[in-house]
Amino acid sequence: MSKSFKQGRAYLRLWQLLLLAVLLAAWWYIAKNPKLAFFFGDPVQVCVHIWDWFVGGEIYVHLWVTLIETLLSFFIGTATGLGCGLWLGLSPRAAAILDPYIKAANSMPRVILAPIFAMWFGLGIWSKVALAVTLVFFIVFFNVYQGVREVPAVLLDNARMLGANRRQLLRSVYLPSATSWVFSSLHTSVGLAFVGTVVGEYLGSAQGVGYLILQAEGTLDVNTVFAGIVVLTVFSLLLDYAVTLAEKPLMKWQPKAGETERL
Amino acid sequence: MVDAALSLEGVTCTFVSRTGDGRRYTAVQDVDLSIASGEFVSVVGPTGCGKSTLLNVGAGLMIPSSGQVRVFGQPLSGINKRAGYMFQGESLLPWRSALDNVVAGLEFSGTPKAQAREAARDWLRRVGLGGAEDRYPHQMSGGMRKRAMLAQTLIRDPDIILMDEPFSALDIQTRQLMENEVLDLWMAKRKAVLFITHDLDEAIAMSDRVVVLSAGPGTHPIGEFNIDLPRPRDVAEVRAHPRFVELHSAIWAVLRDEVLKGYAQQKRA
Repeated sequence: MSKSFKQGRAYLRLWQLLLLAVLLAAWWYIAKNPKLAFFFGDPVQVCVHIWDWFVGGEIYVHLWVTLIETLLSFFIGTATGLGCGLWLGLSPRAAAILDPYIKAANSMPRVILAPIFAMWFGLGIWSKVALAVTLVFFIVFFNVYQGVREVPAVLLDNARMLGANRRQLLRSVYLPSATSWVFSSLHTSVGLAFVGTVVGEYLGSAQGVGYLILQAEGTLDVNTVFAGIVVLTVFSLLLDYAVTLAEKPLMKWQPKAGETERL
Repeated sequence: MVDAALSLEGVTCTFVSRTGDGRRYTAVQDVDLSIASGEFVSVVGPTGCGKSTLLNVGAGLMIPSSGQVRVFGQPLSGINKRAGYMFQGESLLPWRSALDNVVAGLEFSGTPKAQAREAARDWLRRVGLGGAEDRYPHQMSGGMRKRAMLAQTLIRDPDIILMDEPFSALDIQTRQLMENEVLDLWMAKRKAVLFITHDLDEAIAMSDRVVVLSAGPGTHPIGEFNIDLPRPRDVAEVRAHPRFVELHSAIWAVLRDEVLKGYAQQKRA
């Protein structure tokens, strides 16, 4: 059973690699035509660019800036979203008053705030962090808000009967329940932190991978743009993988479908 | 006269319809019920008759529309601190292991950590979960979760124990084991117990007194029976006792009409 499954996996990988090879070959073939290469770039050139970046060391400072921005916006957005979600989830009156504003802020295309943040915070990292925070905040906020309001009544009653005061209820029932919702939205919120950061960089910056793409685009250097896209994609996959590793111990208590315990 | 451990005096609970059309529903009406210290009282009644409402009133989770609750003679306001409540549904915190769930009551009361954990380990052993300390609720079977809930409730050593159909979700064998365990624990400590059930056999086998409730709306007690079966009892064996059969048919005669009434109402609704 498990052997055939493993063989199936190897088979799957083979096909996936084959598909990649076919796509790259097709791209390479198209790029032989200089007119088309102007628009679509040349895979060999893209690889050379990436190679130069990493070997020459030019990329590291940009990657570092992008990473710092992503992490800062993720943590700030998560902390504020968690705080506001808890607060509004626990005080229905404040939630009722703020409801239309929250809806409006959420439905607003927030990427458009980038120029304002650039004016307020300059072209350094903080304008990007601010933009990405607005994206992360709402994801976390709505998850926590919902999580707090959907804590099963019997859990609250039970904790109260066991002698929990208001602060203990918050600490041992509301907060763990809310954080479980934060964790379940972790992939989305890290992804959005990254998106916000890169978009912010692309709209005006002096450093970061988005800045590299912006510069290359200015000189119609399509190969560098593609190289930047590849680097960003790989980076974002790594981030997502890091999240998967981080959430494993945190989600231990949650049942998985069809889980059997290994003894 | 010694004050009852828990007494409900003229308790009425009227709920206003949430749709705001002004409709009212009186779940329980003019209920007088008192449980002496050390007494095991079961309340039986048709489904949906407001048994849980009474328990919530006794726990202080629900304020009655009229009437009063006294706990050892003192009028109750807020949560009933001397009571432990074993809920019908799943009330373990899913993000805490069995041990951390059981320790909760002591943790809330500020017992030193090491001492609290020692007590929790002891209670887990007592309810037969000695090896399951680190399991999360979703890793335990229904019966194990009920045991953990029992330990969680009893670790605070409450003077009044409220139980809301605690074993209704269990299969019959597990259920009888749990019933016997509860009886053993109760025999050792002799606390006041208010036990809600829809199972008459369970009520008779475990209690000193069985109170029969009428069908809703406006549920109120319509019969009280002293269960004079000898203790200690084994819930499986006691069912064959001639007195058990006698009591069963006497109580069932009262209960049957109410069950039929309740059933008819539910069918209409």
